Amino acid sequence: MQRCHGREIVAGIMFEQSKPALGSEIVAEASMAYTGTAIGASELAATGGDGSDDLKRHFRLGESLIHSVLVACGVLSMLTTLGIVIVLGIESWRFFRVPEVTLWEFVTNTVWQPRINEFGMLPLLSATLMTSFIAMLVALPLGLMAAIYMSEYATPRTRGVLKPVLELLAGIPTVVYGYFALTFMTPLLRTILGKDIVEIYNTASAGIVIGILIIPLVASMSEDALRAVPSGLREAAYGLGGTKFETAIQVVLPAALSGVTAAFIVAVARAVGETMVVALAAGAGPNLTANPFVGAETITGHIARISGGDLSYDSIDYQSIFALAFVLFLMTLSLNIFSRWLMRRFRQEYQ
Amino acid sequence: MAIQTKMATGTSSSSASTLADMTSGGGMAAPAARTHDGPLAIEARNMNIYYGNFHAVRDINLQVEPRKITALIGPSGCGKSTVLRAFNRMNDLVASARVEGEVLFNGRNIYAPEVDAVEVRRRIGMVFQKPNPFPKSIYDNVAWGAKVNGFKGDMDGLVEQALRNAALWDEVKDKLKQSGYSLSGGQQQRLCIARAIAIKPEIILMDEPCSALDPIATLAIEDLMKELVEKYTIMIVTHNMQQAARVSDYTAFFMVDPKRTGHLVEYGPTRQLFTNPKEKRTEDYITGRFG
Ligand SMILES: Nc1ncnc2c1ncn2[C@@H]1O[C@H](COP(=O)(O)OP(=O)(O)OP(=O)(O)O)[C@@H](O)[C@H]1O
Ligand SMILES: [Mg+2]
Repeated sequence: MQRCHGREIVAGIMFEQSKPALGSEIVAEASMAYTGTAIGASELAATGGDGSDDLKRHFRLGESLIHSVLVACGVLSMLTTLGIVIVLGIESWRFFRVPEVTLWEFVTNTVWQPRINEFGMLPLLSATLMTSFIAMLVALPLGLMAAIYMSEYATPRTRGVLKPVLELLAGIPTVVYGYFALTFMTPLLRTILGKDIVEIYNTASAGIVIGILIIPLVASMSEDALRAVPSGLREAAYGLGGTKFETAIQVVLPAALSGVTAAFIVAVARAVGETMVVALAAGAGPNLTANPFVGAETITGHIARISGGDLSYDSIDYQSIFALAFVLFLMTLSLNIFSRWLMRRFRQEYQ
Repeated sequence: MAIQTKMATGTSSSSASTLADMTSGGGMAAPAARTHDGPLAIEARNMNIYYGNFHAVRDINLQVEPRKITALIGPSGCGKSTVLRAFNRMNDLVASARVEGEVLFNGRNIYAPEVDAVEVRRRIGMVFQKPNPFPKSIYDNVAWGAKVNGFKGDMDGLVEQALRNAALWDEVKDKLKQSGYSLSGGQQQRLCIARAIAIKPEIILMDEPCSALDPIATLAIEDLMKELVEKYTIMIVTHNMQQAARVSDYTAFFMVDPKRTGHLVEYGPTRQLFTNPKEKRTEDYITGRFG
């Protein structure tokens, strides 16, 4: 009896200890980890109870069936990701094994021209960073202001209309946005700034439209974060004579900072990976430039163009796009890691 | 100043009688038993509060004495919080809430259309049931209210003074830059009180400020209230009869009628209300024979 008791306590402690770690995980993974520990704990507790018959564990068919299905789903999604990473890795490795290319050249060379065996990714990377940066310049302030308006100012009825409309905006196919960039935003920029400054294909137009495209994402995720702030904090701020604006900006926003930051980073990852808009509007040739008004091809735009053509599977061109995809993967991965690190830091600070 | 004097004379007629002369409150909710003619801190007149169609409290007449502790007691759901929040227009934040009647503060009805709720709350501060520090440092928690109130003087001095008044200074003086969440529950509540004091309000409203605290922290807050009442008017909602009896000078007892509408049953000096209540219902409630 005593032994059983002891085990249960052990299980209980394990469960307790796993909780803080949970807090810092992204929801999906957190729920997986949660199931994991819960199962671990209950098994431990159950094995301790073997002594008496009436406490014996029953076999429940439904429970174990659902359990296995859930585990299978989790494992499947993990395996898929793993598979993609492995393929990317192998093909990239093959690419770097070719004598003409070295990793050093890939990272430092400023020319990307597969035809003459120049594989420097910098022009593509810089264009990706450029469009993403411009997109964030548009999406951050607008998305955040929309979120603050919806969570702090709008009446429930206004919000009830606004949020679905915003989410509708997110449902528009990106090819439409690409066309919008090419036939509306670019002419607009050319009218405002002059045709001699703004080329037909340019990263500014693509960046701005990507920004518009991710506003709903930023707004919706930030609004969720803002609304999750306990109403007690708002009451406290109003109770001290804070105005609505002071309360929203100085109290609610800092309290929601981890969630808002996460929204930003997800948005950056989305901007980095956005393909259709840049393929249509940013230009079809690698170009290392700091000028947003001339054409430049991004990593995604290049991959889309190259893989659309007829490449033979063993060609160096073909393998080069895997190396580029690997770079994209590393970028989004580091963004994710960064966002988690941020969230953990804010949590520690504020809880 | 002129307004205050006028108000004082205005109220003197209704409160000329001394406590000894007071007889039963009659059919209406009992008016305050005033023992002197000075100006009131705040006064509710014929206050009715609704949440949508629900009549939450009715016909509240409450005269709150300055620099005294007034306790609001009564069973759960009788509208204590609703009444308390009406005194600094916190009910404005509830979309469905509607307040009728008058709340006179310095001779002005705070519900008059030209009155700014934000200005009201700068003069009538509030401490809530659950400690709710901002996600900021201890220092910034205290400084925030003063900052948004346009305080331009010696902020360090103000923060220290507020923390000293809230009996928290010695515990936090070496970690002012740390998060407010790094404190214990009782310390957090004292931080919230310090935050409320820092804006130098005339009245502090406290809604069950000790309900999340252990007995020792509770006593610390009670001691604190007794010190604060030398400078401020305090109104406190509490479920704890002993607490009301220990700290308050005046007590208002609320109950609900069959339609669940809250009303003021009896209001008077705490001693009298606890030792010699005029209403049978009050006696039943404070002696625990409520049913
Ligand atoms: N935001 C609200 N919307 C609708 N009804 C409300 C709201 N707040 C309170 N009420 C109702 O008003 C009545 C009084 O509530 P109130 O919170 O003032 O009671 P209380 O005396 O403070 O109770 P407790 O002692 O439990 O805190 C209750 O019937 C409650 O259901
Ligand atoms: Mg209450």
